[in-house]
Amino acid sequence: MTPSVEFRGLSKAFHGNMANTDLSFKVRKGSVHAIIGENGAGKSTAMKILYGIYQPDEGEIYIEGKLWGGRQKPWSSSSDAILHGIGMVHQHFMLGGPHTVLDNILLGAEQAHWGWRWLPKALRPIDRDEARQRLESLSEQYGLKVAWDALVENLSVGVHQRIEILKLLYRDAKILILDEPTAVLTQQETNELFDHLRKLCHRGKTILMITHKLKEVMSIADRVTVFRAGKIVGEREIHKTYVEDLASLMVGRKVSLKAESPPQVVLQEPVLQVQGLSVKDFKLQEVSLQVRRGEVVGIAGVEGNGQAELLQVLLHPLEYQNRMKGVIEVVGKNIEGLNTRQIRDLGMGVIPDDRLRDALLTDRPAQENYILGLHREKPFCQAGLILDRQVEELTDQAMEEYDIRPRSRLLKADRFSGGNQQKLVIAREFFRSPKLLVIAQPTRGVDVGAIEFIHKKIFRARSEGSGILLISSELDEILALSDRILVMYTGKIIFEFNRGEVTEQALGLAMGGEARS
Amino acid sequence: MIFFKKMIYFLKPLFSVVLGLGLGLVITKIAGEDPWNVLQILLKSAFGSRYDIGMTLFYSIPLVFTGLSVALAFQAKLFNIGAEGQLAMGSIAAAAFGIYFPNIPFPVAPILASICAFLVGAVWGAIPGWLRARRGSHEVINTIMLNFIASGLTSWMTLYLFRNLDSQNPETKAVGAGYWMPHLKIFGESPVSFSIFIALFAAFCVWFFLWKTALGYEIRAVGQNESAARTVGIDSAKIRILVMAVAGGLSGLVATNEILAHAGRFRLGFSPGYGFMGIAVALLGRNKPGGVVLAALLFGALHKGTSDLDLETENVTRDLSQILQALIILCVSAEGLWSFLLESSFGFKKKKKSEIRTL
Amino acid sequence: MEVFMWIVQLMASTCRVSTPLLFAAMGGMMSERSGVVNIALEGLMLLGAFVAAAATDFTHSPVLGAFAAFMAGLIFSIFYAFFVIEIGSDQIVAGTAMNMLALGLTPFFSKILYGSSTSTPSLPIEFRFQYAPVWIAFGVVVLCWVWIVKTPFGLWVQFAGEHPEALDCAGVCVKRVRWMAVLVGGGLAGLGGASLSIFLSSSFSRNMTAGRGFMALAALIFGKWKPIPAALACLLFGFSDAIQIRLQSVVLWGNEPVPVQFIQILPYFVTILVLAGFVGQARAPQALGIPFVK
Repeated sequence: MTPSVEFRGLSKAFHGNMANTDLSFKVRKGSVHAIIGENGAGKSTAMKILYGIYQPDEGEIYIEGKLWGGRQKPWSSSSDAILHGIGMVHQHFMLGGPHTVLDNILLGAEQAHWGWRWLPKALRPIDRDEARQRLESLSEQYGLKVAWDALVENLSVGVHQRIEILKLLYRDAKILILDEPTAVLTQQETNELFDHLRKLCHRGKTILMITHKLKEVMSIADRVTVFRAGKIVGEREIHKTYVEDLASLMVGRKVSLKAESPPQVVLQEPVLQVQGLSVKDFKLQEVSLQVRRGEVVGIAGVEGNGQAELLQVLLHPLEYQNRMKGVIEVVGKNIEGLNTRQIRDLGMGVIPDDRLRDALLTDRPAQENYILGLHREKPFCQAGLILDRQVEELTDQAMEEYDIRPRSRLLKADRFSGGNQQKLVIAREFFRSPKLLVIAQPTRGVDVGAIEFIHKKIFRARSEGSGILLISSELDEILALSDRILVMYTGKIIFEFNRGEVTEQALGLAMGGEARS
Repeated sequence: MIFFKKMIYFLKPLFSVVLGLGLGLVITKIAGEDPWNVLQILLKSAFGSRYDIGMTLFYSIPLVFTGLSVALAFQAKLFNIGAEGQLAMGSIAAAAFGIYFPNIPFPVAPILASICAFLVGAVWGAIPGWLRARRGSHEVINTIMLNFIASGLTSWMTLYLFRNLDSQNPETKAVGAGYWMPHLKIFGESPVSFSIFIALFAAFCVWFFLWKTALGYEIRAVGQNESAARTVGIDSAKIRILVMAVAGGLSGLVATNEILAHAGRFRLGFSPGYGFMGIAVALLGRNKPGGVVLAALLFGALHKGTSDLDLETENVTRDLSQILQALIILCVSAEGLWSFLLESSFGFKKKKKSEIRTL
Repeated sequence: MEVFMWIVQLMASTCRVSTPLLFAAMGGMMSERSGVVNIALEGLMLLGAFVAAAATDFTHSPVLGAFAAFMAGLIFSIFYAFFVIEIGSDQIVAGTAMNMLALGLTPFFSKILYGSSTSTPSLPIEFRFQYAPVWIAFGVVVLCWVWIVKTPFGLWVQFAGEHPEALDCAGVCVKRVRWMAVLVGGGLAGLGGASLSIFLSSSFSRNMTAGRGFMALAALIFGKWKPIPAALACLLFGFSDAIQIRLQSVVLWGNEPVPVQFIQILPYFVTILVLAGFVGQARAPQALGIPFVK
């Protein structure tokens, strides 16, 4: 049987960085084919090439035995892909909130009654009744029930997912690409989605699913291709593999950054105490945790399981006051009713996960970024005036101490590399030697040299008596740095491990909500 | 390379001005005038004599105030289209103050009237600031609407509350004699007064405030990246209200030039659109106080220069001023066009952000 | 009977003075629903008013005059669209500049053509519209509604303003949709201007729009960017305009008549309240004012 999709030697580079190298694999018709790998393994790039968003540098793709595109026959755009029966559901749904489900599905594929032929195509009144009938029969066939006239913004994400799939079916897509389809779904919604996917396969549709949740792969996929660092490192039939096998393939046996953990000096004094924290409609349920001085507490979890929300509530409790339950104490003080600045002044430093969005003034020089949040602190500011001399000197010092390159305090923040930007943020947040440090994804988009440096600095802060809450979805990082590991899943903390109690594989399983076997 | 970049930074607005002026003058060709002749009239009328220079300065002063107002708001990423209304409210407040308390002696009177103008302008500016910060409605529409409301209110106050019954013109009674600011004698009969120093001082204050104080730093941080400012505990809502209030106050200070130095009363419709010209001034001055002062001079000169066109030419009227201003704004706002032209003609490409980050 | 006549007259004059607002508001809706802020409405109207008066004076046909005004609005919009859609200029700045340009260009050309920068020659009554623009304006409202709700193009415009990425993913060119919407919108605003100069009055005069473009924008917001409610808002604003003349001598409290200025500022005041969510809730198209970059 000819494969539905075949990649042959596909490569793609962005600005000299290889995103995909020599990809070759086949997808059987009527199957669910999972593509797994860690963040940045090149899964999405490969699928976007298939969907016509990117052009490959080398190699070809064949659809049902026919050359679909490659170096010899470039394809133009995603609208071409739609015409050829390839459809994609993006990770961020492409739906207009204040519009009806029906209009969202129709968009770009409107049909008119034949009586309006004389008008230009764009002005022929849309025949919504006919479209509705066709959709009814489609939804009957695949069991995808949606209220056609409801506004999209009033529906849950699970239904949004269904609408996206209907959009593809309405356009007669034969190959469906789903990018992290379960990232935002609850367990129940996920189960429903999988039922639908199975039905689609029975009727001859081919499904390509990008994911990094192994448990879901095991329950839905027929075959799985594993990506690591832009390459294919393995292919398995699902009935011949098991989760641990996939986990080790996915993570690889790369030399993990074994930052030698210095002896721990735990002081009993807790700097962060969260008790029974729940926020309505905000993913957090009954979260309790404690960070003491001199320890690193890691929060492991797949992104979107409530970690970002936890950080927001710690920083801006005022905004969640009305729908928040539970108690948060920072350095022994209940933060209810305090504003962000007051909380930070208690001795909390924050390194947010998205530094470009939440930590840097990208268009301003390094020295102005260095004083962000310190601009009312003693050496930088006196009587409301900013002391330029002090700012310059201390920025120079910090750049030296944290090895921020290039050593130019006048360079705009966005001209520094990711690692150096992060070091600048860390230098700033460490300046006040905070008692509590909340650090999220400290090494995302950071080069290897800087990772090591940042890890060392985190350890130093620990040995100087800071309590550190580390939020990360990198297994290596969590394992290397944390004295205790809490696993967060769908807004709850479901496991707790001590240092050395857990292997990488077991932690990976736990992050997917799976208990150790 | 850095020198070259600096050059481009300064040359770009200059280039826009030249291009805008050039286009505008070419248009006068349609009216059957010689563009070169028109340019000469413009220059002569703007700088021909001490009196002319004085008038140019007189027109520039309000533009410094409104330009600063727009520029300051813009540093916090707020669009103050409402300078026109703020200056009207500030001016009528100064006039009303002068009418109610006519007997205050000289140095105290103008100071109090100026403060009054600043405060009322500030209140008028704070309204859209508050609406944006607390109710989330966009300041552009709100300031436009407030301009009309201010125009209605000032018209009502002029005609019903403080009307000068001795005059055919819609204007208020005169303020007391102690309110007049001393004029600068070197500019002949022109109404350039002490107000020019207030304008320059205001420009210095805005510069100092924005770049030397912690509060100014917070304003710029909110304008640059609100999310980052929030994360380090800067209250962006408060900052927005404050900025709009100060911006409104600055616009209100136009009263020092008009009420306290020129007319001595509030004349309905005295502003030829200073508030809207302020947007152009701020844009051309790159939202920096120094740039604003220079741009205000340019636009003041344009305004004065074109005022003589009615008499000196057959077919071109002072309306050319509006056309020239509009063309200059369009040229300045088309930054994208410049980098596009530079790229294709000089062959050096702006690096994409993603490229820079992976350096 | 007298009261009845008074009411009928009031209604008739409400419809008349609402006409320019209706055209301009519909024009503004096209552009804003597609995601392009259009504070240039004022300038477009002014230009339309001038071109209509000049063309009618030249051809002696109000129909041709109105057509010329439509074309003028459309052509003027080409510049605006080029700056904001292609070059990515700030929409507020470019819009302000377009307003200033219209404010300068109209008296400039008036002076060249007629030797006076304050007004164009008065048109005799047979060269002016009598009632037609009122009906056309209501027709345009209905057409706009059909166009927004029923046609594919209307759907694309809505998505271009709401979620342009989704439109792009569906294989429709966002920029082209915005171009079309802005141009048609400009033409309609031009018609709005025309109804001022060759319908409500007999000539073009300097700055004759006097903020009607902004009032149309206000009506658009009051009407939550929807054709029928926006049209009703135009009628309401027109009503307040029509009634102010009749209210000038009416005493509501004390012994002073209601100052006419208070009635004039009412529409603007209402708009602020609506936007702030004190009266109903208005939600702008999500992508309004954001240039689309692929």
